[in-house]
Amino acid sequence: MRPGGDTTAALRGAAERRWAVLAGIWVVLIAAPFWLPLVHGYTSLGSRILVLGLAAMSVNFLIGFTGVVSFGHAAYFGLGVYGAGMMLRYVTASTPLALVAGILLGGGAGVVVGAMICRSRGIYFAMITIAFEQIFYYIAYKWDSVTGGYDGLRGFQRAPIHFGLFTLDIKHSDLAFYYFVLVVFAIVAGVMGFLLRSPFGRTLLAIRENERRARFLGIAVDLHIWLSFSISAFCIGAAGALYAMVNNFSDPSSLYFDLSGDLVIMAVMGGIRSFWGPLLGAAIFEVLQDYISSRTVNWLFFIGLVFVIVVMFFPRGLLGMFQRRRAA
Amino acid sequence: MLQLVLFNLFNGLIIGAFYVLLALGLSMILNLSNVINFAHGNFLALGGYLAYVLIPYIGFWPSLLIAPLLTGVVGLIIEQTMIRRIYGRDPIYSLLLTFGLAFMIQDACRYIWGVNGLPLATPPSISRPLSTEFFFLTGYRVFVVGIVIVAVAALFMFLRFTRMGMRIRAGVFDLETVSALGINVKLLRSLNFAGGIFLAGLAGVLAGGQIGLNPNMGDSLLLPSFIAIIVGGMGSLVGTLLGGLLIGVAAAITTVFFASASDTVIYVIMALVLLLRPRGLLGEEGIL
Amino acid sequence: MVAREPARPLGRRRVLQAGAALGAVGAAQITSPFIVKALGEEPVKLGLVDPLTGVYSVLATSEVEGARLAVEQINKKGGVMGRELQLLVEDSANDVGTGVQKIRKLIDQDHVTVTYGDVNSGIAYAISQVAAEKGVLHIVPGGHTDPITGKDCSWNVFRICNTTAMDANAISSLLIKKFGKRWYFITPDYAYGQTLQAAFIKNLEAVGGTYVAELLPLATSDFSASLIKAKAFKPNVLLNNMGGLAQIDCMKQFIEFGMAKDMALGGALYEIESVLAVPREAQAGWWDMEWWWDQPGVPHVKEFVDAIVARTKKPASARHWFGYVGVNAAALAIEKAKSLKAIDLAHALAGMELPPEVALQPGKVYFRTEDHELMPNVFTGEVHPPPAGDPYNIFKVAELVPAEKADPLASTGCHMKFPS
Repeated sequence: MRPGGDTTAALRGAAERRWAVLAGIWVVLIAAPFWLPLVHGYTSLGSRILVLGLAAMSVNFLIGFTGVVSFGHAAYFGLGVYGAGMMLRYVTASTPLALVAGILLGGGAGVVVGAMICRSRGIYFAMITIAFEQIFYYIAYKWDSVTGGYDGLRGFQRAPIHFGLFTLDIKHSDLAFYYFVLVVFAIVAGVMGFLLRSPFGRTLLAIRENERRARFLGIAVDLHIWLSFSISAFCIGAAGALYAMVNNFSDPSSLYFDLSGDLVIMAVMGGIRSFWGPLLGAAIFEVLQDYISSRTVNWLFFIGLVFVIVVMFFPRGLLGMFQRRRAA
Repeated sequence: MLQLVLFNLFNGLIIGAFYVLLALGLSMILNLSNVINFAHGNFLALGGYLAYVLIPYIGFWPSLLIAPLLTGVVGLIIEQTMIRRIYGRDPIYSLLLTFGLAFMIQDACRYIWGVNGLPLATPPSISRPLSTEFFFLTGYRVFVVGIVIVAVAALFMFLRFTRMGMRIRAGVFDLETVSALGINVKLLRSLNFAGGIFLAGLAGVLAGGQIGLNPNMGDSLLLPSFIAIIVGGMGSLVGTLLGGLLIGVAAAITTVFFASASDTVIYVIMALVLLLRPRGLLGEEGIL
Repeated sequence: MVAREPARPLGRRRVLQAGAALGAVGAAQITSPFIVKALGEEPVKLGLVDPLTGVYSVLATSEVEGARLAVEQINKKGGVMGRELQLLVEDSANDVGTGVQKIRKLIDQDHVTVTYGDVNSGIAYAISQVAAEKGVLHIVPGGHTDPITGKDCSWNVFRICNTTAMDANAISSLLIKKFGKRWYFITPDYAYGQTLQAAFIKNLEAVGGTYVAELLPLATSDFSASLIKAKAFKPNVLLNNMGGLAQIDCMKQFIEFGMAKDMALGGALYEIESVLAVPREAQAGWWDMEWWWDQPGVPHVKEFVDAIVARTKKPASARHWFGYVGVNAAALAIEKAKSLKAIDLAHALAGMELPPEVALQPGKVYFRTEDHELMPNVFTGEVHPPPAGDPYNIFKVAELVPAEKADPLASTGCHMKFPS
């Protein structure tokens, strides 16, 4: 056997394992509407988890794979919500166009804000993202005539999608809507996964690991952070557009700082070094809240307790722990 | 109109004094331990509630000292059992931990003392306006400002003139070297954390006397306090002081002209400051 | 003083108890599907979504207690159509997305017959829309935004609390007559506050009054800057339209600044839960109560009040009454329609007059057919500190204003359409 054959075999083994894990994840997601009721879940909870999971994965594109923390990503999520909502409400009852509008509004704002702030780092970066978020929140809250103000924008519904030969009735069927969300989720997650495996993604990792060294190597660090921020904003804009359709409603709390905090928490809880970690974090966060809050008004205490337990006993997040054990 | 602006200028300084007190504690912990303490506002509430429990037994004045001390002790216990485990890890984990603590403390306060807010009895001698013309300068508010000035002066003297204080300041710059010099960094961080929480507890008693107690009372103060730190510039306590007063005044003046933007204006200020001076007014290299 | 459970210095034990209780409930929940129901029919389920946590939690808790009392009473008398009533309560956490998810859960997973909620009018708006999509009867106990029964009214949505127009119109003339025509508004900056303020201003301008109106963020906790402005304007009345904790904070600072001697207090709502949480000096002014417990001589009121006080150790409030009416109205509609279908229930409720043991006030109280808004009386009068030994006595009724007088049909903007 030629030298290095061992390595090749090991690499092939790792690749196979990765495919197996990936296949497992998709089987679980595709079958969700069928196993959810068995564990006292319901389909629309599944849709909500996918949407917030996608949002948390978008945030983690920045935190976990670029190494900068945004505390203001609810802004681009919320703009996605309003983009989709206003398209459905004011222009046309078309689900694809609503999706596009949400992605463009959220992503576009991300491009502009990202260009202004990509030179900041660390906690300054985190805080300036909050600042812009609160400004967007204020606009949504104050511009009554267009956004519906604090009470939110209503009077729209997600529309059935026509494919010529058949129609996918996501308006009345929660099941159809779940699969629609899953398809969008797959596309956006696929784009993020593809980018992270590309040379661009490797460059982001280099910046995360050591910004100064990356700079010495001639990498345009600020430009890459701007690009990463923008991509992440487009992706979370898609999640926001889906969220508008989950609720058939847009409201300013989807732009608020609290949601940004929740998304970061979901990512950290699931594991920021892992691509799928934030989805797991979102699932746990939502299921916990859904389950405990139906049983006690003191649910906040128990959610807090779970956060503390995760930090104390799963130092790299839930999936991070799992991965490290496998690697060892 | 001019009078209205002047009144609000003073009033803004009073509001800013609260931000300063909370922000100084946050800033101390952030600078030395790289921990962003999202539970700081809940320690504030805890301080207020502890005073509420103590006042019937020992009166207001002793409670003003004892309640923050007890809060500091609670902080110390939490630091010893939980926070210290995450020193040296990515600061983002401190976020998850302190978020969790914030939820737990908030809900515990809610469970024990109820949701609807409780009044904190202040001595009648200082609870009246000092004069009819400057009616917003109640004795209590002047007193609050006085306490803040004393606390800030004491903190600065401590950091400048005591051995412990100098070690803390050195640790902010270069913790490794301080550690290599044989100084017990663990102890330094623990005491520093407890000190920061003490200030939060003090702010809690003072705020409780002014607007009463409720489990969420720290929420509306926490974010402005972070902003005070950022606007002033991290690593600089003088900057924090300046930042707190600046946003307090800005919010109050905005109320005169465009009231519904009064809570947004501080974010606009932060955005502008950071775009023009990425490290804040008097700041240093950022962490995280 | 405030009627509240005594402060408990030892919280740990209670927390542990809560943990144990949670564990037990959780275990019951996991095992329950495997227990075969012994009795014939499923209970009739009602689902309430309210902000049990957050700034409105005190008001929400009162609504839940009122609803629970009604469910117990109805079950004691044999339930509805021979079936037991069951109330499921979910926390919206004062967040629209969460509220929408919870109402879906109640409808999809628990198959409730009637949904209720929310104190927060934005959430009330959103979840009534979900109920409309799903074709479920929805009752809004205490979310005040006008369009819910106004321009956005829907065949399946009914409301118990008043519209802002009713509340403003009922008290305006009293304030003008008592104090004068120079007003200062402190109003939360969202649809509820804006429509309420607009209604007040319309009444004030009709008599040639002047005003300054301050729109503030909902979660404002420091009112010093606004109060300084108010003092400079020298109004006859300060109308504090804030809600929940914000209103309480504003009242406290008003007293702290010694402004009580310069101007009167007044406005639409100053709910008993809030009045009991402010210092004595701030227990003042002329206000609306949407229901008031002390009605000597009115049949059935005393039984209800005693039952609430016995349950909660708190005075019976309008919020208790909202919850109580909500459940009773659903039960009455089910009995009348002999059906659980939303469309039948909606037809049964429209125009229905509440019997005296539910109305708990004089006069005819009914759901107006044209907009599905309940038509009770608005209790206007003066808030005062409680006399010694009578801690819940904080309001003196001056006048009962019938709702149809305060908000005539022509102004609601509702065009009710039932599905054919």
